[in-house]
Amino acid sequence: MTLKGYVGSSEQRARWGLGDVLILVAVGALIYGALRLALGAPPEVRGPSIVLAPQALPYYAVLSVGRMAAAYLLSLVFALAYGYAAARYRTAERGLIPLLDVLQSVPILSFLPVALLSLSAILPEGLAVELSSIFLIFTSMAWNLAFSAYQSFSTVPGDFQEASEVFRLHPWLRFRLVDLPFAMRALVWNSMLSWAGGWFFLMAAETFSVGQRDFRLPGLGSYLQAAAQAGDNRAVAWGLVALIVTVVALDQILWRPALAWAERFRIELVESEDAMRSWLYEAISRAWVVEWALTHFWRPLGEAFDAALGRLRPLPAAGRAHGARRRLGWAIAVALLAGLGVAAVSAAGFLAQVPLAEWQIIALAAGATAARVAIALAVAVLWTVPAGVALGTNPRVSRIAQPAAQVVASVPATALFPVFVVALITVAGGLNVAAVLLMLLGTQWYVLFNVMAGASSIPRDLYYTSATLGLGPRLQWSTLILPALYPYLITGVITASGGAWNASIVAEYVQVGGKTYRVLGIGALIADATARGDFALLFAATLVLIIVVVAINRLLWRQLYVRASERFRFD
Amino acid sequence: MSSRDILVEVRNVSKTYGREPRRFIALEGINLIIRRGDFVGVLGPSGSGKSTLLRIIAGLTPPSSGEVLYRGEPLVGVNPHATIVFQSFALFPWLTVLQNVEVGLRARGVPEAERRPRALELIDLVGLDGFESAYPRELSGGMRQKVGFARAMAVEPELLCLDEPFSALDVLSAEALRGELMELWLSHRIPIQAILMVTHNIEEAVQMADRIVVMDAGPGRIIGEVPVRLTHPRHRKAPAFQATVDRLYALVTGETPAPALVLGTEPGQPGPTLPLPRADLNAVAGLTEEVVEAGGREDLYRLADALNYELDDLLPVVDAAEILSFVRTERGDIVITPLGETFAEASILARKEIVAARALRLPTIRWIYERLQADEDHRLPYAYFLERLRADLGEYADEQLDTAINWGRYAEILAFDDATDELYLEEAVPVQPMAPGR
Repeated sequence: MTLKGYVGSSEQRARWGLGDVLILVAVGALIYGALRLALGAPPEVRGPSIVLAPQALPYYAVLSVGRMAAAYLLSLVFALAYGYAAARYRTAERGLIPLLDVLQSVPILSFLPVALLSLSAILPEGLAVELSSIFLIFTSMAWNLAFSAYQSFSTVPGDFQEASEVFRLHPWLRFRLVDLPFAMRALVWNSMLSWAGGWFFLMAAETFSVGQRDFRLPGLGSYLQAAAQAGDNRAVAWGLVALIVTVVALDQILWRPALAWAERFRIELVESEDAMRSWLYEAISRAWVVEWALTHFWRPLGEAFDAALGRLRPLPAAGRAHGARRRLGWAIAVALLAGLGVAAVSAAGFLAQVPLAEWQIIALAAGATAARVAIALAVAVLWTVPAGVALGTNPRVSRIAQPAAQVVASVPATALFPVFVVALITVAGGLNVAAVLLMLLGTQWYVLFNVMAGASSIPRDLYYTSATLGLGPRLQWSTLILPALYPYLITGVITASGGAWNASIVAEYVQVGGKTYRVLGIGALIADATARGDFALLFAATLVLIIVVVAINRLLWRQLYVRASERFRFD
Repeated sequence: MSSRDILVEVRNVSKTYGREPRRFIALEGINLIIRRGDFVGVLGPSGSGKSTLLRIIAGLTPPSSGEVLYRGEPLVGVNPHATIVFQSFALFPWLTVLQNVEVGLRARGVPEAERRPRALELIDLVGLDGFESAYPRELSGGMRQKVGFARAMAVEPELLCLDEPFSALDVLSAEALRGELMELWLSHRIPIQAILMVTHNIEEAVQMADRIVVMDAGPGRIIGEVPVRLTHPRHRKAPAFQATVDRLYALVTGETPAPALVLGTEPGQPGPTLPLPRADLNAVAGLTEEVVEAGGREDLYRLADALNYELDDLLPVVDAAEILSFVRTERGDIVITPLGETFAEASILARKEIVAARALRLPTIRWIYERLQADEDHRLPYAYFLERLRADLGEYADEQLDTAINWGRYAEILAFDDATDELYLEEAVPVQPMAPGR
């Protein structure tokens, strides 16, 4: 590369071109589409019943994506605030991070019935269902975002911190110029993961109904469910196509460009080979329209904002306000503890209402669900390890198979669940099979992708070495591949296990054509308690589920993970 | 010179980390004055607290005791009249060259119309014209540090603090940048009134500074000050230059003191526990071979150069060779001992025996060895030793234990079981025959 390549101002670099055309066409199409949607919406779309005509699908897609977007924005704001507070204030850190750790391993779907019932008690039902679906998706998106924000904010390199002190950046400017850019790559990456995970819960939330109460929401998930129950295979196919198109389109026009954009926040000072690229980002970033908007609107706006915030909070004089802040911190901590104490006492009183016999049922149900989770995980590991190794070590196969696997994995398992249920419900033990299948479908991808990453991380040299040593396939697996995969496999299985427990809530208790089917399990117990309005049982079962999952995470997975990351790694 | 010329006065400053019994003293009893027009170099090995001193003067770290006066006023918080040029550049990779240089002005609320020409002028001054919109990752190391200098000078500081600014650069870029900085400084084209530069490169200090403060480690303290009265430009080959360099080398490396002093006492016993230098014994072997090849005596500086080592990295290796009695140091020279010569020419197995005999005289290793012998199974957990070492060495205990294990393993006097995290004596384990075909 010659020096000339990067000389010149950014205005010169931007040219009228394909990017501009693309942007103008997109803006036009967006406006037209929005008008068409707004003016031409069939009245049934808003109603509680689901229309199976394919023409209704764009509306349902917009509704579903809207819920996702609302939950995502909420998660992002929450994550930034939570992460910043935990990273900047020692006292807050001590409470916030352990709390986040527990929240992260709590099975999110178990919140849904509680959230639904409590919200619909105070709000009109339609609004309550919308809000609780957004809340549910929020709880699936927020924790990993908050963790990544915290991790980034608390690991800003020491010399960046010193530089921002020496150059006297006020808190806002420091956040904008140092902390946020440093966190950006991790945030975008985790946003994408959060978004992908959110679909699973969106579908579950849209199709949720218990007993006589119908909590369904119009959207892609409920469309698929209605289509499956009506036995309308064409509508099922249309729904799946719409879902896949939506997921893939968002990936291409939102997340890929975002990832490519975030490359500029790399802190390594070398150009990387494996930088994320996006055709769309490359077209847009050189567009004249974008550059013009940036120089004339975005940057002046930013300047004005910085200046306003700088005046609002001038540089703190050193050594002051420490005592006041500490006292405030203590006051908050004491208030929180008092609140927790009151809540704990009333919760204990609530639990005392649950008779001993029901506790036995809860224990039994938890055991049954645990068995289903174990089977699903075992099946996932059995097929993904050989498949993942084959894909991860063979570049030619993986080039074809990986995008395909990604598309398949992007279909949320909860969207397919109604189809399985309808197909399997008449077979003996059908719901048991369907439940395990749902757990498997929802979680096997975590294991597969981790195994693939692990297999491709094994240094080529070690393969050559094992080949020159004449190790047979069995020896090669036992001395090289399995030890190398172990930490990756554990990571995948941990995520998968969390997902499987989650799935139990929707998998063990279903309604088809007005009839309720259920199997013994803690998820069924929770759904049943919701339907009957048995709050004590609902609370007890949810609590047991949370404790079981957190305990498994702590006592089993965490230990395995620590062992794995200490022993089997290349460095 | 009147007191009005005094810019910075460091008064009896100490800096400690942690609490008793694990207190670590980074700096002790530092007194230093920087006047207008001064270019002060601070020279010392790693661990001598020279960067900590720089941060205390810049106001980034408060001293544990003592005070810093700036223009006669006690310094509280970050010094608004000082800036730092960092060893790692500390450029924000997501900002362009121009935006990086503007950062300090932006924080001061200077509007864009005013700060842009100022930043452009500085970019021009350091010779980066045409690279305004480039990102740091597009630049070479030398160019990045130029951005670092421009950014520091943009806020028109009175005191410029340089924290090893050239040590991350390749030799040629460093040389060029040093020359350019001296030209700006000597021609008074920049409004900077004094420069404080921390470095471990003796020649660099002699080439640039008017006054060189020499520090030593354990605890970090000033052990001497050498004025440099040579006129600029200074030539490395000039006898007066070389004489100053030699004098500084002698100060930095010191003479070899009496063995009892070197070895210190066992952990848990009264008296200082002298830490083992964090060096690899294979590097020690390489060093002795090199000195033997050079005829048994070699200038430390030349040796570092020949081995492609920074002085900072070479010193622990020299220290290790010294406490094993393979070499001694005299006036900046390293001299091989008869034992060192034997070691250099010995076979691998014989080397292990020599090290074993010498290492068992080192208090820390002997202490570990004796504890293991006293134990019934000759086997004790890693944590057992770590806990006891912590009492004496605080946060350095981990490093010390690892080095001791490393040396013990080399000498085959003790072994470490990674699976159980235990130390054991070699002979305590029955040798397992290699199972063929397994």
